[in-house]
Amino acid sequence: MARMPHGGRIDRTQPLSFTFNGRHLRGFAGDTLASALLANDVTLVGRSFKYHRPRGVMAAGVEDPSSLVHLGIGAAGEPNARATQVELYADLVATSQNCWPSLRFDLQSGFDAVHRLIPAGFYYKTFIWPRWSLYEGAIRRSAGLGMAQNLRDPDVYTHQYAHCDVLIVGGGPCGLRAAEVAAARGDRVMLVDDQRELGGSLLWRGAGGIAPDLPATIGALATTSNVQILARTTAVGYYDHNLVVMHQRLTNHLGKAAPNGTPRERLWQVRARRVLVATGATERPLVFPDNDRPGVMLADSVLHYLRRYAVVPGRRAVLFANNDPAYQAVFALADAGVEVAGVVDIRASVSDALAAELARRGIRLFSNSAICATHGRQRVRAVRVGAMPSGPTTTLACDLLLVSGGWAPNVHLFSQSGGKLRFDDAQSCFRPAQSAQAVQCIGAANGLFDSAIALREAATTALAPASADLLQWPSAGAGAPGTGDPLAIQPFWRVPRGLGHGRQWVDFHNDVTVDDIALAARENFVSVEHLKRYTGTGMAPDQGKTSNVNALAILALETGRDIAAVGTTTFRPPVVPVTLGAIAGRHIGGLYRARRLLPAHSRHVSMEAMIADYGGWMRPEAYPLPGESFEEAVRREGLAVRTRIGLFDASSLGKIEVAGPDAERFLDHVLVTRVEGMTVGQIRYFVMAKEQGIVFDDGVVMRLGADRYWVGASSAHAAHVAQTMDEWLQCEWPTWQVTVTDATRQWATLALAGPESRDVLSTAGTDIDLAAERFPHMCFREGLVANMPARVARVSFSGELQYEINVHAGHAVTLWDRLLAAGASEAIQPVGMEAWLGLRLEKGYLVVGIDTDGTTTPDDVGSAAWRKKTANFIGRRSLMRPHALRPDRQKLVGLLGVDPAKRLPVGAHILASPSALPPCATVGRITSSMLSASLGQSVALALLANGRARIGETVTAYFDGQRHMATVVPLPFYDPQGARLNA
Amino acid sequence: MLLIPCPFCGPRAQIEFAYGGQSDIVRPKTPDAASDQEWAEYLFFRDNPKGSHRERWCHRDGCGLWFNLLRDTVTHRIARSSPVDEPRGGNA
Repeated sequence: MARMPHGGRIDRTQPLSFTFNGRHLRGFAGDTLASALLANDVTLVGRSFKYHRPRGVMAAGVEDPSSLVHLGIGAAGEPNARATQVELYADLVATSQNCWPSLRFDLQSGFDAVHRLIPAGFYYKTFIWPRWSLYEGAIRRSAGLGMAQNLRDPDVYTHQYAHCDVLIVGGGPCGLRAAEVAAARGDRVMLVDDQRELGGSLLWRGAGGIAPDLPATIGALATTSNVQILARTTAVGYYDHNLVVMHQRLTNHLGKAAPNGTPRERLWQVRARRVLVATGATERPLVFPDNDRPGVMLADSVLHYLRRYAVVPGRRAVLFANNDPAYQAVFALADAGVEVAGVVDIRASVSDALAAELARRGIRLFSNSAICATHGRQRVRAVRVGAMPSGPTTTLACDLLLVSGGWAPNVHLFSQSGGKLRFDDAQSCFRPAQSAQAVQCIGAANGLFDSAIALREAATTALAPASADLLQWPSAGAGAPGTGDPLAIQPFWRVPRGLGHGRQWVDFHNDVTVDDIALAARENFVSVEHLKRYTGTGMAPDQGKTSNVNALAILALETGRDIAAVGTTTFRPPVVPVTLGAIAGRHIGGLYRARRLLPAHSRHVSMEAMIADYGGWMRPEAYPLPGESFEEAVRREGLAVRTRIGLFDASSLGKIEVAGPDAERFLDHVLVTRVEGMTVGQIRYFVMAKEQGIVFDDGVVMRLGADRYWVGASSAHAAHVAQTMDEWLQCEWPTWQVTVTDATRQWATLALAGPESRDVLSTAGTDIDLAAERFPHMCFREGLVANMPARVARVSFSGELQYEINVHAGHAVTLWDRLLAAGASEAIQPVGMEAWLGLRLEKGYLVVGIDTDGTTTPDDVGSAAWRKKTANFIGRRSLMRPHALRPDRQKLVGLLGVDPAKRLPVGAHILASPSALPPCATVGRITSSMLSASLGQSVALALLANGRARIGETVTAYFDGQRHMATVVPLPFYDPQGARLNA
Repeated sequence: MLLIPCPFCGPRAQIEFAYGGQSDIVRPKTPDAASDQEWAEYLFFRDNPKGSHRERWCHRDGCGLWFNLLRDTVTHRIARSSPVDEPRGGNA
């Protein structure tokens, strides 16, 4: 009779079939997986984390510590789904986790037999020699929860942002009352609840006729325009300035019927002027020997299953409690026809009213007693009741044991918001005390367990005036005092050793017992934070929802302190686990981050270039011909530039326009290089430093006009350079008349490089006089190229005669096509980044961030001309510090591999002494390297201590167990006189 | 995530802003004359208050302007937000 013949909020006209561990079972629409399992008399659901103990469903909501299952199969599968939170759908497939070969016969349950050998902290003490990593794999495999799968998740997830006047978390009686009141005065209200239907505890527990009428209230709210109701939505995180993150399940409950392509889950970020936390309270289990057997359940959860799902999870029940409200569950069971074998109460006596109710139903009461043992392997079969403090004992047969140790307000969100808690001795729980943001707990979440008081307070709180300050709750009534003592609770934290033996479980999720906490206390882990880390209590997906207060109380007993003095651990987001898919949202695959495309990107794609990410820009690496390897393509492209001509897309180069009467003065202050004295049409190489004297960027600066300059920053740093210039302008020199405009994306830059580039540019058609004597290296001209307005610069990163042609970005493809056509007779080759970086390496040109690091100064890379400057440029003073002037600083030098056919590895360290074995002192490292086709050499750039004084020496570079000999040489390797680029 | 009042655009989410550290760091007027110690203090030494902190922010994905914020490092309460409008000399 697990399912009652009638009643409950299930739809009996919609039977659903599902499988659990391959067994075909049936439930109804409206069931959760947990209620459907219990209805089928399935009590063994999983195996525990460490000892592989049999575990069943213990609770009905998010607090259930044990019922984690794997949902679905294959790519859409989901590990660690909590059966109490999974709505049943047709053909649902659920499997137990952490057991092998099967749930009933789990071989690793042998760990339980040797539990005395493996208490808390066992790993820390045992697996330290020779190192933890040797054991880690095996231990992680045997302990744990579900298995993440490595297939691509086929589902879609999304994000949404919202604002509201008042966010009400929890749609129980107090949440509903607060929503009514706030909506009536015109507030924009968001009301969220983690269940499929609103109502909270009203769905299984009445409130004596004073609570809102459920259908009428929900119906009215749903049609109020300033109220937004979100069901199946859990507020999981509370962040600064009243930002609440919520996790909404949109189609999870539909199973295969979910429409294709619609999001499965949505992550909300809501900024609320006020937040009302109406999340209720969680019932605490009692701690006694072998209290973890399947069939041991929280009392209120049993009532929940009975009323909401018409499920009775047993045939013969016993209640073990220390408070009045817990009795409601056994009365309901008895009234439903379930045999109640007895009620065991810690208290010496109960009220006359309760005693009368017990007598009326013929239920036997064991007062001043505790349960000191349970029997049964995969399900509880009997319990032993002992009179306090040391016997005698009576055995009661039962297959369902209801427990209740009191209630803990769900203060997770309040605590995350920075709110302070205080321990309420009368009700033995932590309650909200002082808000740190505009947040207030109402109802049971505020420790108010009397419905009438709670509802009145919810309405008053909702009516409090809003403050403009998100960090200020306007009313001074934070943490209203508890009135009356409706729980009538007598604290009870564990069974004394005189009465019971065996392990008493505190944290069912992490397999932590009373003995583990005692051990931690003996070993002086007396801070709650240390206790948590040493034993694992309160960790992992469960976050100690049922175990937190019990663990603190036992630590308090063990260390002779009050619970208030022990305190509580920090509540961290998320309150319940959130799928990684929901957190990632749409930011996956190609949308993982913004990618910048060159204006001629479509051409590179149509030419089948290999495209890669270079500092956020998607750029061609190489253009391999059919049948050609990457290395062959790079070699061919490089040689084409050296011998004839190549075409390179340099559009990502920074183009920052600096204009205004103070432009020259400004640039002389932000660049290490001198700008003063440049003529219009002239180009200079520049280095830019940070105030600490470190190289920040390099590039070329052009003087466009009397008060206009173009700063050609490097591709990867251009945006940052423009931002930095603007920062100095705004914050240090706000009166200077200068504007800084990043025009990088407005221009396309195509570079013709190679001895034939003048002829090819001429063939493409230009009105610019290209004669070397009138248009020399390091100058630019403006005119038409292939009938497009262009700014043509003679600069060279390749070391050959080179023209960089800048046109409107919209002309990029046309210009690319025209230049390729003009160069066809010279066998022009498109050149990718890999070959281009090789060409610059042969010339000894550095790339900031690759050939420099966070310690490299302009002097270190050979830029010493700043000493002639008078302007107080950024970084100047730092270059005069003793450290910047040390002779043994690492300088940029060239290396020639002693073996010309062996590439020197980038990242190799140059050893201080060639014969030393690492670990040993190093004096530098290789930053870039290549096998140069045009030089027939293995060449590299390196930062080497006192490098310029070591020209001609042979050094030893060490990488991954190998030594490489190299000779230190001056830069550049190629065309030292510069005859080719000046051609 | 903080809600930061940009003095020009109004309250916006922190994700739109860039942090610039402590405000009112005065660049020495004649750096060449500054001692190494003075220069190091300008470069590296910052307050680390528990409480009120005057700091610079830039509304990078908004108006692009820098401004000053008076923020409590414990409560995150923002007491004041003001433009960087007083020229403080600069390079000398």
